[in-house]
Amino acid sequence: MAILELKNIVKQFADYTAVNGVSLSIEQGEFFTLLGPSGCGKTTLLRMVAGFESPDSGQILLDGKDIKDLPPEQRPLHTVFQSYALFPHLTVRDNIAFPLKMAKWSKADIAERLKEQLSSVQLEQFAERYPHELSGGQRQRVAIARSLVDRPKLLLLDEPLSALDARLREHMHVELVRMQEQSGVTFVYVTHDQSEALALSSRIAVMNHGIVEQLGTPREIYSQPKTYYVADFIGKCNLLPAVVIESNPSSYKIKVAECIELVLPNEGIEVTLGQSGWFALRPEKIKAHWDPRHEDGVSCVKARVKGYYYYGDGTLYEFILPNGVVLQCMLSNNRPNQASFFQENDEVFISINPLAGNFLVK
Amino acid sequence: MTQSSSQKREKWVLALPPSIYLTCLFLIPTILMVFIAFRQPGDYGGVAPLVLHDATGKSSLNLTLDSFSYAFSNSFIWKLFLRSMMFSLITTFFCLIIGYPLALLIAKSKKKYRDLLLLLVIVPFWSNFLIRVYAWMMILGPSSALSKVVNQVLVLFGHQPVDLLFSSAAVIICLVYINLPFMILPLYANLEKHDPALIEACRDLGGTNSASFWQVTIPLSLPGILAGCGLVFIPCIGMFVVPELVGNNCSLMIGNLIKQQFLQNMNWPLGSVTSIVMTLAVLAISLLVGFFASRSGGLKYASK
Repeated sequence: MAILELKNIVKQFADYTAVNGVSLSIEQGEFFTLLGPSGCGKTTLLRMVAGFESPDSGQILLDGKDIKDLPPEQRPLHTVFQSYALFPHLTVRDNIAFPLKMAKWSKADIAERLKEQLSSVQLEQFAERYPHELSGGQRQRVAIARSLVDRPKLLLLDEPLSALDARLREHMHVELVRMQEQSGVTFVYVTHDQSEALALSSRIAVMNHGIVEQLGTPREIYSQPKTYYVADFIGKCNLLPAVVIESNPSSYKIKVAECIELVLPNEGIEVTLGQSGWFALRPEKIKAHWDPRHEDGVSCVKARVKGYYYYGDGTLYEFILPNGVVLQCMLSNNRPNQASFFQENDEVFISINPLAGNFLVK
Repeated sequence: MTQSSSQKREKWVLALPPSIYLTCLFLIPTILMVFIAFRQPGDYGGVAPLVLHDATGKSSLNLTLDSFSYAFSNSFIWKLFLRSMMFSLITTFFCLIIGYPLALLIAKSKKKYRDLLLLLVIVPFWSNFLIRVYAWMMILGPSSALSKVVNQVLVLFGHQPVDLLFSSAAVIICLVYINLPFMILPLYANLEKHDPALIEACRDLGGTNSASFWQVTIPLSLPGILAGCGLVFIPCIGMFVVPELVGNNCSLMIGNLIKQQFLQNMNWPLGSVTSIVMTLAVLAISLLVGFFASRSGGLKYASK
């Protein structure tokens, strides 16, 4: 059952359209992520759900009820702000108790729930501290504990990890997923960090210029990008120019970078002869060898090593194809012998499996 | 080593002029005043000689606690003292309830208007203090439009007409007017720093608009409130020009008494005692305010 439904939301500011007709349906218990660069409308969308902005048109249904005209305090959902927005004049205990006090809970009920909530985020020994006496990660946990204390229907998180350093962020990924599973509350998470989105989410909506470019599980988003934008924004991706040179009912053939011919199964997308587009190919899905290999359906092409970057677990090679196009290729360093490491200007053979990439029409 | 010693010397050199200034014009006069408080008044102002020679040729120190006992037993001085406190409290209260919304409004207005609004708050400083009080004498005077309207309304409802000028009300109106910027400026400086996300967080967590004001804005602005109240209350106690110009006999303040003792009654020791009492009272209040500020406000802002 959908806990949150957005229907054709439009929001215009004086000089630009922040959200341009977004419709989404978010299921109960999901970890849903809105992913996009700054200015793509993801934060505006979140603020409209929270009640800090009102949409120009469209509906926001929470549990089937339109909450568009309710003030923020009457919406049964909470926000975790980018700056945490902990009340500096209140202790950890009073910060977490704040929503309960606002909802006029009895003292005994507040005390009981506080005890439970403090222990679930392991903050008991910090209960009497003030926010400025806590580390970044602790503040983050207080902010989330405060937002979950009265068991809201929905938790909105606005780039909550952006203020933390890389190591702590990775630690908080685990925490976030644990808290989400433990509470069972639906999370709507906003971030511009694609690796964070891939690691945390059950589903991702990739946004750009106020619209949703693609909606799907992290695996779908990463391995089957539907648009040039999504392929480019999520992870590293080779986007090679391609043209349709043959079209059959069940399959079609494209010519990639004027030198590689690939036959792809026709899965629902309409292609016409002569149509141009891109072939999106992840660097780790490419294989490279010293000598040509001939496998069924796999194309092999000669290339020259332009350069490489050693990353420890893998090496990122840059190959120049015969027509001058540069192809990035991530090869694992877990290979049998040093002889298989390529040097600059080496001539190698690259094999590309058409099923490893995606043809994106223009 | 040489670096640090030369830096030390620099600090001393920098601190020297203000130290000399404060020593000559504040510390020494204050100590002198304390001495004068224990002396006998001179016949024509000043103080009587310190050493007296009686007929037998014996000399004795001419020191006394008379001025203290007189001051503490004189109900008129106590009355003036309490009145000064009262007037200052009322002035501070009105400055706060007028200044707070104004400061909040300025702090929340768009950035491009903020400087202009702030400028308008301090524009009155451009004209002389006395001129501003004289302006109020015009506004409150018996032939002013305001006086006429007020009295017509009073008569309409069957009351006696009143004089607006030369009353306690006039003193408080002027005190509020003169001190208002000193309330607004520290409040603005505080309110402007508030993170708007805190108000949003309060609303988001179920707080109404009024809850966000009383639970978030007010407690966070406590340091500003204390600073503003201190800046208004303390100078207000010693004020003597305003009651003299727009007040009557029943609205004289402790400052008027001190001035009178020194300039008209020529009783320097009594004037000194009154000054000392006033200074100690102000000091006690400042310490109290400081104590509360460090307990409630200082902590809250440490996170910034």
